[in-house]
Parts: sequence; C-alpha cells; structure tokens
Amino acid sequence: MSIDLKTIKHISKLSRISVDKKRAEKLADDLNSIFEFIEKLNELKTDDVKPLTSIAETTLKFRSDEIISKNIREQIIKNSPEDNEDYFVVPKVIE
Amino acid sequence: MSDITKQSLTELVENIKNKKLSSTDVTKAFIQRSEKSSELNAYITDDFTSALDKAKKFDQKPNLDLKLPGIPMAVKDLFCTKNVKTTAGSKILNNFVPTYESTVTENIWNEGAILLGKLNCDEFAMGSSNETSHFGNVQNPIDKNLVPGGSSGGSASAVAGQLSPITIGTDTGGSIRQPASFTGIVGLKPTYGSCSRYGIVAFASSLDQAGPMAQNVKDCALLQEVISTYDPKDSTSINFKRNHYSKELTKNIKGKKIGIPKEYRVDGMPKEIEDLWQKGIQYVKDCGAETIDISLPHTSYALPTYYIVAPAEASSNLARYDGVKYGYRAKGENLIDMYEKTRSEGFGAEVQRRIMIGTYVLSSGYYDAYYLKAQKVRKLIKNDFDEAYKKVDAILTPSTPSSAFKIGEKTNDPVSMYLNDIFTVPVNLAGLPGISIPAGHDTKGYPLGLQIIGKAFDEQNILNIAFAMEEKISFKNKITDWWIK
Repeated sequence: MSIDLKTIKHISKLSRISVDKKRAEKLADDLNSIFEFIEKLNELKTDDVKPLTSIAETTLKFRSDEIISKNIREQIIKNSPEDNEDYFVVPKVIE
Repeated sequence: MSDITKQSLTELVENIKNKKLSSTDVTKAFIQRSEKSSELNAYITDDFTSALDKAKKFDQKPNLDLKLPGIPMAVKDLFCTKNVKTTAGSKILNNFVPTYESTVTENIWNEGAILLGKLNCDEFAMGSSNETSHFGNVQNPIDKNLVPGGSSGGSASAVAGQLSPITIGTDTGGSIRQPASFTGIVGLKPTYGSCSRYGIVAFASSLDQAGPMAQNVKDCALLQEVISTYDPKDSTSINFKRNHYSKELTKNIKGKKIGIPKEYRVDGMPKEIEDLWQKGIQYVKDCGAETIDISLPHTSYALPTYYIVAPAEASSNLARYDGVKYGYRAKGENLIDMYEKTRSEGFGAEVQRRIMIGTYVLSSGYYDAYYLKAQKVRKLIKNDFDEAYKKVDAILTPSTPSSAFKIGEKTNDPVSMYLNDIFTVPVNLAGLPGISIPAGHDTKGYPLGLQIIGKAFDEQNILNIAFAMEEKISFKNKITDWWIK
C-alpha cells in the first residue's frame, strides 16, 4: 500500500489542516513508513476475535439530568479568540 | 536547614509536621533552585509569587493532618489549573487560561500541596523525548544534550533535578515510565479508571492515565493515594476499593509469583538491558519471590496497534481546536480557511502527523482494515495478560529498550522514536498498572529502569514489589548540577 499526494490532500481536507506541497511530500514519506510498520497486523487472523471497545468492560453509568454548572457563560466565553460578550464570533458564513 | 531540595517528599512532610521546616522554607528552597535551573527548560509557566503567598498563608494556620501539608509541587502542563495558563506544550493553547481545575490537581491541593508551576511536555503528550514541545526541548539533569524522555519530560527533569519534590505526569503509551527510566526516578502508570481524566487535556481517551513521578517508591505510593479517587465527572472513572497505598506499603513479597515474558527479549536489545533484567530477576528472588517464565505472544503487535488506536482517538479529540471557542486563531478568508490555517499554524509537525494517521484509519473504506483490526488485536493483547495472570501475580520487564539518547538523534525517524515505547505500550492497551523503578546504569553512566506490571487495580502489589526491590538495588542517581549557574 502506498499513500500518494492525492491521498494526503484528501486527509488534509478531512482533518482541516492545510498543507503546502513540500509539507505534503514529507507527510507522504512519513505516513508510508508508519503504515509499513502498521501492516504487521495483517499477519494475524482475527475473523473470530471480538474487538475491544472499552478497556474497563463496564457499561457507562447514567446520571440524572441535572444542571450542576450555573451561570458560567462568562467563563465559557473567557478564552475565545473573538466574541461580542454573548457569542463566539467567526468569519461570516452567510452572504 | 541546608539541602532542603535533596529531601524526599516523605522527609519534607515529616519535617513540616515536626515543625522543623515551614512550608515557606521549603517553597523558597524549591523556587530558588528552579530559578537557577532555567537551562533545563523544565517549566513552561511558573507560579512562584503565588506559591510563596500560599506557603505563607499555610504557615499562619498550618493544617498538619493533611497528607501533603504545605508541600510545593509543579505539575505537567497537561492538567488544567484554574487561572493558571495551561498549554499542553502547544502553540494552539498558548493563551489558554482554564476557568476550572482538573480533579487530580484538585485532590492534590485539597491535601495541602502548593502549585509551583506548569512543566514542559511533548505537544499534546505526543512524543518520547520532549522534543515536540512548542516551548523547546527539555534537558535531562543526568547529562547535557540528553533527552529526558517524554512525553512527561519536564516532569521527569524537575524531579530528577530536584526542582520539585514530586510531580504528576500522564501516560498514554509510556509517557510516565519512559522518562522516569531515562532520568533515574520512579514513575507509576495506574490502572485505567483509577485516576480521573477530568480536566486533563485529552490525547487518546481509552489509554490516558495520570500518575505520580517521585524520587522513591514510598513518595510515589503517597501521591498515588492522594490522586486516585472515584470521580463521576469522568465517565470511565471506576469505583473500586482503593488501598491506603503508603500505609499498606510492605517489603514482604515472599511467595509472590513474578512472570518473566520471553517476548520482551527483543532483537537488537543492548546486552546491558538484558543484564539489568537478569539482575532484577535475582533481586526479586532475593526478596523471597518466585519467578516463572511466561509468554505474552502478541507483544510485537502492540506498537502497530497503538499507532492506530492512539492517533484515531487523538484525531477525534483534537477536532475541538478550531480557533473558535478558545486557543490560537489564524486569519482566514472564510470559516473553513480559518479552521485550516489555525490548525496548520497552531499544531506542530508530530501532532499533525498523528491527526492525519488517525483521520486516515477512521476514514470511509479504511475503518475495518485499520481501526477495527487494531481493536481486535488489542483484545488479543489483553487476553495474553489475562492468561498470564492465571499463573503469576505480577510481571517484570525492562522499562525501555535503551538508556536516554541525545537530543536530535531520533527526530527525523518517527518509527525509531516510536520503538522507544515497545515495553510500555502493551500495558496501556490492556489498561493495567505499571511502575518503572531505577535499577542501574549503563556503561555511559545513564540510568536504566525496570518495569513491574500488575493486575488491574493491584497497584498495592506492584508498589510493594518495587519497594522491596528498591532496597536491594540501592540506586544512587548521579546528579552533578551541571546546569546550575
């Protein structure tokens, strides 16, 4: 298997990380060597193995639907790069 | 009293309780030494002024019943600390000041400890040498231009260099145990679900655990006792009966069965690591334990499995850094452009690499071949341990396949960097507790560690084995203060 520049472009779009051509070439090299290493898993037959989805092997607990944090709007907005005191501000999305 | 910073946590607690030392004395001493140690680059953010105020306040009305009375301590910069900048070693969080406290650090302050500052680490804990940090690499107190290991490199450097009497790190694939081994200190990765993940910057949620890093096993046990609590705010926190680890600590390990897994004898492992392991086997026998040869047949598949599972979870966890709610924001022509530039400029190379791997293995058409396959192999790895624990109480292995390497030595070859974690990663995949203790030196005089792996929730047992071995090993860390000006 080989990861080409087209695939890198596709993954970069999915992960919302822009990469220039030089960086894309380096990433393709790195990912190919990493995936070569990962391919080792194909030595194992796993058709009858159940996947491990939770290490704790307990079912997640439900908790009652109660409001614990009250009046924290200010705290939530405090670290935003841009806001108008009530809302997060982002570049215009509707023309 | 001279040489305050040379004292262990246990000694400092005793001296404060006996009023031979005040919290102010101790805090001042660690601040002074930290200030002289800037060349180590162990801190990202210091909180010295506030620490001294808190120490004075403590001394005015000391509560000596607490477990960490007035003890100053720096923590890895992956723990959210209220009103103190928390960066996770990343440019993208360079301006992030949490409005809440992580449960683990909250537990520590509730027992009387005082925050000294935030310690350097690999960006989002992704690395084995602390070289991926946006805030520069950390020096190992053992020797100049030597990595301290990672990702908890600043934490390891701070404890080995006596800038903090004790600390906490996080361990996703070896990030506590490997740096502990590289710097000659003790590091414990607790059972998954033992310490709350609430307020810890997430890397790979099914693997991440916080744990103590200390100069000795007793200090480590005491801090574990403080940080391990059930927490409803972490949905994977487990409510089990926790021991009083420091009180119940014993050197009596007679009759314990210790497994020696043959698969950990990997190709190309230096002879000095094999020799160290043999010595370790002799030490546990001298303590009255019995060693049994065991097999963990899927060991060599652990790293490839990890490099699917961890990046997959990371790519999902790190989707939140979009330049909108907090953190760095780049200018963009439109919303999508802003997202893409923010993440491209805000994340470093290794983090981008892992997000890309994770995105790829979770993407349409590849999920079954990679992610599902890895989850199945993860099950086989866990089954290996379950089988082994029918015969043994704990497992003894080397902590790392080599001693600390030079800064820059492995940065261009990600796979060779990943191989560092070959002995630690299986423990995270199986959710088990593991402890690394310093056990000797290589020919260059660099420390080497041994790892004891326990059954789930059996921290007390591995702490006891480590405690018994520590006495036999009587390790002395060779710290020359080369960085102090």
